Amino acid sequence: MSGPLLELSGLTVDIATEDGAPRTLLDGIDLTLARGEALGLVGESGSGKSMTVRAITRLLPAAARASGTIRFEGADVGAMDGSALRAYRDGGVGLVFQDPRAHINPTRRIGAFLIEALVRNRKVPRREALARAAAVLAEVGIDDPARRLRQYPHEISGGMLQRVMIASVLLAEPRLILADEPTTALDVTIQQEVVAILDRLRRERGMGMVFITHDLDLALAVCGRVAVMYAGRIVELRSADTLHERAAHPYTAGLLGSRPAIDRRAERLAAIPGRPVSAFESGQGCAFAPRCAHARPACEQRPPELTEFDGGLVRCARVTEIRPARPSKEASV
Amino acid sequence: MSTAGTDTAQAVEVRELTKVFKGARGVRHQAVADVSFDVPVGGSLGIVGESGSGKTTIARMLVGLERPTSGRIAVLGRDRSRPARRGVERGARARELQIVFQDPYTSLDPRQSARAAVAEVLRHHGGLTAEQRAKRLDELVDQVGLTERQALARPRDLSGGQRQRVAIARALAARPRVLVLDEAVSALDVSIQAQILNLLADIRAETGLTYLLISHDLAVVRQLCDTVLVLRGGRVVEQGDCARVLDAPAEEYTRALREAVPVPGWTVGV
Repeated sequence: MSGPLLELSGLTVDIATEDGAPRTLLDGIDLTLARGEALGLVGESGSGKSMTVRAITRLLPAAARASGTIRFEGADVGAMDGSALRAYRDGGVGLVFQDPRAHINPTRRIGAFLIEALVRNRKVPRREALARAAAVLAEVGIDDPARRLRQYPHEISGGMLQRVMIASVLLAEPRLILADEPTTALDVTIQQEVVAILDRLRRERGMGMVFITHDLDLALAVCGRVAVMYAGRIVELRSADTLHERAAHPYTAGLLGSRPAIDRRAERLAAIPGRPVSAFESGQGCAFAPRCAHARPACEQRPPELTEFDGGLVRCARVTEIRPARPSKEASV
Repeated sequence: MSTAGTDTAQAVEVRELTKVFKGARGVRHQAVADVSFDVPVGGSLGIVGESGSGKTTIARMLVGLERPTSGRIAVLGRDRSRPARRGVERGARARELQIVFQDPYTSLDPRQSARAAVAEVLRHHGGLTAEQRAKRLDELVDQVGLTERQALARPRDLSGGQRQRVAIARALAARPRVLVLDEAVSALDVSIQAQILNLLADIRAETGLTYLLISHDLAVVRQLCDTVLVLRGGRVVEQGDCARVLDAPAEEYTRALREAVPVPGWTVGV
């Protein structure tokens, strides 16, 4: 099959409130993901990164309303009926959440959790499903899989349980993995192991991955391209290996300056004033303008477009003034 | 502010500190084993470790929420290895050392505004007149960067960063000499974390407060601390000057921790 694996165009999500006025959470997200590609979505609270994943899987809250289109392998996800939607969620996309303990039934054994979808949806015989589950547990680096299948979630560590969740996703052999802060609750050495496993399996199986995180450096290490989100919009999209030196949006630069470095102490961190906002809290102009050192009155009037700049896409009306593009040797992404 | 110790006194002195928890059926778990360290007056020590390293248990023993199984803790030269016997002593200990917890959502009273929370501590400690208290309250609200409107709001109407500013103001209200920061910036958004780290650096520069930062984040420790102690499984792996330990770790575990942190150029490897 040709064409992109996933295509979002103008994806917008509003949520109804008690007073009747809808609140915008996502505002016009355009993204494409090629087969086998890893794309990072990076942002702070309210940026809309988790809502994007929920919209892709059609798991939005009941009060939310999505518009725009989501295409998976060319098919319109919004138009899928019951059986098509089940097939899409069963074998098309797989979800890895931040907190595996909140998403794995604590009263059932690991084995029962892992084989449920295979046995129920795909009518795989129980014995064969258990054998497959054991094989996948070994693939994600779990020793003695046969014993683990008989254990309950509370008997194993958070890092191992996250591997179990990844294993459960792999068993369905999806073409796309959506990983929502999959390592945020884990210790840093365990995080390193888990992202290495995700990365290896993605490459081996040619799966696409949308990797959501608040940690820009982690996204850069795991993904080929990274989209930085703010207030429900993409503000910068760039290849991971050039983002550090070419970050053009003031918010991206601010995120990079906010993070302390491990190899030196900054006299002062270049903190961004104010706090992150959601799309519905922002005015009609640039949502970042109230926190931006480069903002001019015009920035608050009109929303900037996502435009090409220095090999990436940037949503800033003043980008050419504040950061002149260097002569670019390679073609733009 | 009066000083309890002498010029050479350590702000915090911990010797052979051990904590054993007894579980069901007599199972013993040694959470902290034989840990010793000093923090000089005005110094800043980072205690780093992963889950189960014992770092939070150490913080809880320092504030008196857990009782050491053995070993000694002294703050400003005064022993606090045993629970305070009387309210007077508890009050004195609180004026020596305060703590800011990780989660500003659960460590504040949901019914209290920032001003009310800080005012309560001021009434309890310090013996100020009503007029002095009001002045000090304004100073504290200003020092942690809360606006007047935020200071009157309840916790649910504040963001995570604003709540953490309230928690810091409340801790400072007792005029402590030592501030324990237990993962105090870990739950914050990156841009807010930078603001709070700058705020904590400013407060230390202005007041000469001693910090003891409990964290899993090596970069945060580097930014805020002079010295660092690496814990694993309740035991000290390595301790010393922050730059030395992080730039040239002597221990394999410290090196592994450092190399697991994603930095520019870091690649995913097994």
